[in-house]
Amino acid sequence: MMFSVTVQVTHLPGILDPVGATVERALPALGYTNVSQVHVGKTIRLTIDAENVEAARAQCEEMCQRLLANPVIEAFAVSIDDVVPA
Amino acid sequence: MTSRVGVVQFPGTNCELDVIQVVEQLGGTAEILFHSERSLGGVDAVVVPGGFAHGDYLRTGAIARFSPVMDAVARHAAEGGPVVGICNGFQVLCEAGLLPGALQKNVGLKFLCEDAVVRVETTDSALTNLTSIGQHLNIPINHFEGNYVCAPNLLDGLRAEDQVVLRYVDNPNGSLDNIAGICNAGRNVVGLMPHPERASDALLGSEDGLVLVQSILAACEERSATISAPR
Repeated sequence: MMFSVTVQVTHLPGILDPVGATVERALPALGYTNVSQVHVGKTIRLTIDAENVEAARAQCEEMCQRLLANPVIEAFAVSIDDVVPA
Repeated sequence: MTSRVGVVQFPGTNCELDVIQVVEQLGGTAEILFHSERSLGGVDAVVVPGGFAHGDYLRTGAIARFSPVMDAVARHAAEGGPVVGICNGFQVLCEAGLLPGALQKNVGLKFLCEDAVVRVETTDSALTNLTSIGQHLNIPINHFEGNYVCAPNLLDGLRAEDQVVLRYVDNPNGSLDNIAGICNAGRNVVGLMPHPERASDALLGSEDGLVLVQSILAACEERSATISAPR
């Protein structure tokens, strides 16, 4: 079965996010003074051919551990969005 | 015996010839280790030089760490052989798990290309064995992702085990604890963001990088003396 997957990669809590911090400092210059807690991460979309949803999720998590995210500083969340019609 | 240094070249590496030039200037021999090689060909030390391996896609060093040559580098490191990662090479060694922590974008999102003064924090490493503690070295930096980060307990461990090798005197990039370079527990794998090969001649503005490259050659000599010594 083909699954459509979205992986969200974000900074681990407590690890400084320099991009988020810079965006947060830039927004008030445009007049948006009520914004805080800005975090910038990555979205990775992919399609995977797997036996079932559990196998798809397990493989995606392994790929995150090994390549898509750096577990030293990043957290990841895998969501299986949809089954792609054959 | 002349020390042989292998200098790793990934697609996008751009400091390999500078490193070779300095190693040869100091009496060693140096050769390119192409990223697809599975063997180091018997070199005494490995330098993973700066550049933009695989375009820094996904994360700096993330793709390069899976190059065939990195398995051989990891074996060399596990056997106690000297391995030094400079700038992008430091990022690759962190991604490969040969050094702890990670390097992310500089605070303020500024690409930095300037001189930096670093302080030697330990002389017990493959990169600093000919320096003295507290010595200040003026060595250029040239990076976007030089901001060293790691988990708090890991930082405690690095401090306790004297694994912080170099600290910035005036932190340019937001690095945790002003860290400019660290080593592994075995002290034979070292990573640093500044470029010693670019501080190798008075004409370039500083010769302070020479002692670091000379230390790598000294680490090779010390190791080959230990290995060949009769038991």
